[in-house]
Amino acid sequence: MESILVLTHADETGAALTKASLEAVSAGIELAGRIGASVSIGIVAVDAQAAGAAVASSGARLLGVFGEPFGQARYSTDAAACEALCRAAQATIVLAPGSSRFTRVAAGVSHRLGGFIDTHITALGGTANIEASRWFYRQRIEAVLSRDARPWFLLLDSGTHAAFAGEATPAQVEQVAVQLPLIRTTVSGLRAPTQGAQTIRPDAKLLFVAGAGWTKKQPDGQTHVPEAADLILGFLRGAGASLGSSKSLVDQGSEGQSVLPFLTHLNQIGQTGATPRHPKGLATCCHGEEPHVVGWRFIGERRAVSLDANCGWTRGKADVVYVADAFQVMAKLNALIGSVGA
Amino acid sequence: MQTALHIVVCAGIVPDPLQTLEPITTPAGPGLKNEMVLPAVLDPWAASALYEAAVLAAKAPGSKVWLVSLGPKAKLQQVMMTVAQKVAFELAPIDGPIGGFPDAHATAAVLAETIAKLPGLDRERLLLFGGWESATRGAGVTLQLVGERLGITDQFQGVDQVNLRDDGSFEVLERVEGGKHQVSVCAGAPAVLGWATGNLAEPRNNPQVGMANMRTIMPALQKAPAVKLEANGLSYISVALPKQQRTTRVVKDMSPDEIAAELAAWIGAE
Repeated sequence: MESILVLTHADETGAALTKASLEAVSAGIELAGRIGASVSIGIVAVDAQAAGAAVASSGARLLGVFGEPFGQARYSTDAAACEALCRAAQATIVLAPGSSRFTRVAAGVSHRLGGFIDTHITALGGTANIEASRWFYRQRIEAVLSRDARPWFLLLDSGTHAAFAGEATPAQVEQVAVQLPLIRTTVSGLRAPTQGAQTIRPDAKLLFVAGAGWTKKQPDGQTHVPEAADLILGFLRGAGASLGSSKSLVDQGSEGQSVLPFLTHLNQIGQTGATPRHPKGLATCCHGEEPHVVGWRFIGERRAVSLDANCGWTRGKADVVYVADAFQVMAKLNALIGSVGA
Repeated sequence: MQTALHIVVCAGIVPDPLQTLEPITTPAGPGLKNEMVLPAVLDPWAASALYEAAVLAAKAPGSKVWLVSLGPKAKLQQVMMTVAQKVAFELAPIDGPIGGFPDAHATAAVLAETIAKLPGLDRERLLLFGGWESATRGAGVTLQLVGERLGITDQFQGVDQVNLRDDGSFEVLERVEGGKHQVSVCAGAPAVLGWATGNLAEPRNNPQVGMANMRTIMPALQKAPAVKLEANGLSYISVALPKQQRTTRVVKDMSPDEIAAELAAWIGAE
């Protein structure tokens, strides 16, 4: 019989589990029910008792590693914590959220346990054997895979499962002792890469994708980059949208061309960027496979504004393509969203 | 005075992103149709790592950059004709399978074994570089596994910037959720750094660098050891292209006002 361990970690407060962790808990409980496995939850937090309250009603065995060294995401301490939890749980299947924190350490931990890992899992199926779905070649090819080897670590992409929403009750978390390694890395904190507006919002309902057309010459023969920046930022504020960008637009900065000042490589979607999950997506001035296929793989409803009526990339990929000047459309749209907001 | 570094960059080769990919079943498992004739490039994020390695090495006199790459010898040679013109490095090629479907643990074992045997490598000065994910498997685990096998317990993923300090320590900016960077300071080598995009543009081709590199690359390719990768219990149940095709409505006859109104209603709808 399989035994499942769900690894979780706290957010920046150190005392509450992250949403991605709660999603992994849901996935673990669902999988355990389907294959008839036992389930434990491992918690890495400053205060695991407090963090465990959110999942106490799951009925799972709760194991915790806690203390100040685990308040920060750092390879040496996180790997030691996860290794200790895995050894304590003796699980054959280890599920974990694909957060930056666990993505940094999970493979190393699997190696220490003599196990194997697969990441970016989008679905778990099967009953006799566990079948995991994931994408290859940057979301171009989808595969379902399985492994005989154990322990098998599976990192789940965020947004693929509902977050566990049991009633918060006092938790009995078994403390797991950790032999702390030599700590050579000090975490100073977080830094927002852009000045001013925060343009990446993972929880936004809408992804707004800006393409290179925003910085090209317009019908009057001139570029209008400052105006484009105002229109885009105005829309992000009005719609509460997250900003994605095509590679070509971001790359213009390093090629000495006019750029949108708030764009960085972190906004980039596609082959060498992110593939975010949002219910809706609106692409503007984009042309190519990156924004419309790879970067949009996990976008629900998709619309595009483009001057190119024959852009083959949008056909079959977007639900609606408006053949129009994005400058004009976005100015009108901002006015409407502003009036709605007021 | 910066401490001299030994930077080993792990970089695979991938199909050119503009190519259409079609999965097929081969005797060795899943693969791509016409995989050996598809134009290939150095993995994009790993290429960022190589360019960053060259810049960091230039800041620390006495430093050296190795490029360790696993792939079919003929494809490696093809890709190196271009990559060799970008920055100076010494190639350590491994003749093995191409593609994203082989197991990452097996790949990591081969890479770690190769790195451990690199002549002249000082493991106390080692910075292990690579892309934080590949454009093939995209698992983001290989570099981490190589690091574990080499006993390196300071690891960073999604790196966009490294600032070397005179005392050998360095500041690292790693991508985390919400478009932010986590800022850390590491006491120094050895460390693993899985690079995201970084901040450098692709270097221009430099024929002189290319000629210097090719003097060592060609003999290295000729001597590249052949390897087979273990499956490690990994099996594929299905491998397929996504079938979802949308019925696209192309709107050519609406005014900006009408389009904006329709978009506003769509955005506001639950």
